[in-house]
Amino acid sequence: MSFFAMPTPVAARRLFLGRSGLVLSGAAVALLAGNEALAKKAGDGKAGDVQILNTALGAELEAIAAYQVGAESKLLQKPVLDLAVTFQGHHKEHADVLAKTIAKLGGKPVSAKAKYDFPVDQLKSQNDVLKFAAKLEQGAVSAYLGAVPLFGNRDLAKAAASILGDEAMHWAILRNALGEAPVPSAFMA
Amino acid sequence: MKLHGPLLAIALAVGSATAAAANADVAHGEEVYNRCLACHALKTDRVGPRHCGLIGRRAGSVPGFAYSEAMKKSKLTWDEKTLDRFLQKPLKVVPGTAMTYDGVPDAKDRRDLIAYIKQANDGPECRK
Repeated sequence: MSFFAMPTPVAARRLFLGRSGLVLSGAAVALLAGNEALAKKAGDGKAGDVQILNTALGAELEAIAAYQVGAESKLLQKPVLDLAVTFQGHHKEHADVLAKTIAKLGGKPVSAKAKYDFPVDQLKSQNDVLKFAAKLEQGAVSAYLGAVPLFGNRDLAKAAASILGDEAMHWAILRNALGEAPVPSAFMA
Repeated sequence: MKLHGPLLAIALAVGSATAAAANADVAHGEEVYNRCLACHALKTDRVGPRHCGLIGRRAGSVPGFAYSEAMKKSKLTWDEKTLDRFLQKPLKVVPGTAMTYDGVPDAKDRRDLIAYIKQANDGPECRK
């Protein structure tokens, strides 16, 4: 069954999460945010890890803003609109856990910018918005993929990989909505 | 005119670089550029700075962009050579950069990516 044929986005997400096993990874991220021992384990890589997390947080905050632009554009029809809002909610969860983890490590989480400069003049249809979102999600997957090997703390790498998995699902579903092959290759770069 | 020693080496190096640029696959470079899109755009500053105007630009010099101190102090100027080095291992070339990305390991991917950025810099999107 297509994810877009599911009765609600929540049901679609549940179906996808249930199949992928990413519920466990999500739980790992949640645990990470509450793990007081994490800061003590960060060790020498602490400053670098905080920078990696802050760069990721900056991108997540921008993604939240981008989905807001999409949601308010009046170009998205249900159920795509609902799905976009769901994906935005995921990014909010990512941003929240990243900010809390940065703070636990003694860093200062970056804040959302007062204004983001998106190519709104190029967004004239639902497909335009979906393509824009898909590019952001693809970039996010690559960004996390490029960040995972840099972490000094392996628990943080695992948490980043968990977020990567979620954003890869966003990308696949957005591609599917655009009529493109949802998973165009066996590997990501 | 016959070239000898260092002059010949320079001529060969320039010829090699020109040949490499000529062989670059810009369309593939645009695909590789998709990896950058969570943080970068051609025309606008995002998590990372804009790429229009990148070629020949001093690193850390886009007005108003909040660079890391490491990037501001890097003394790099972006050209094919410095971009190739940086993109291979950003944190090795500029330790402390906010571009916390492990890099583009494949030399052909980097060559094509840089060719795409160069073409985009000369193209209509960056000239608007």
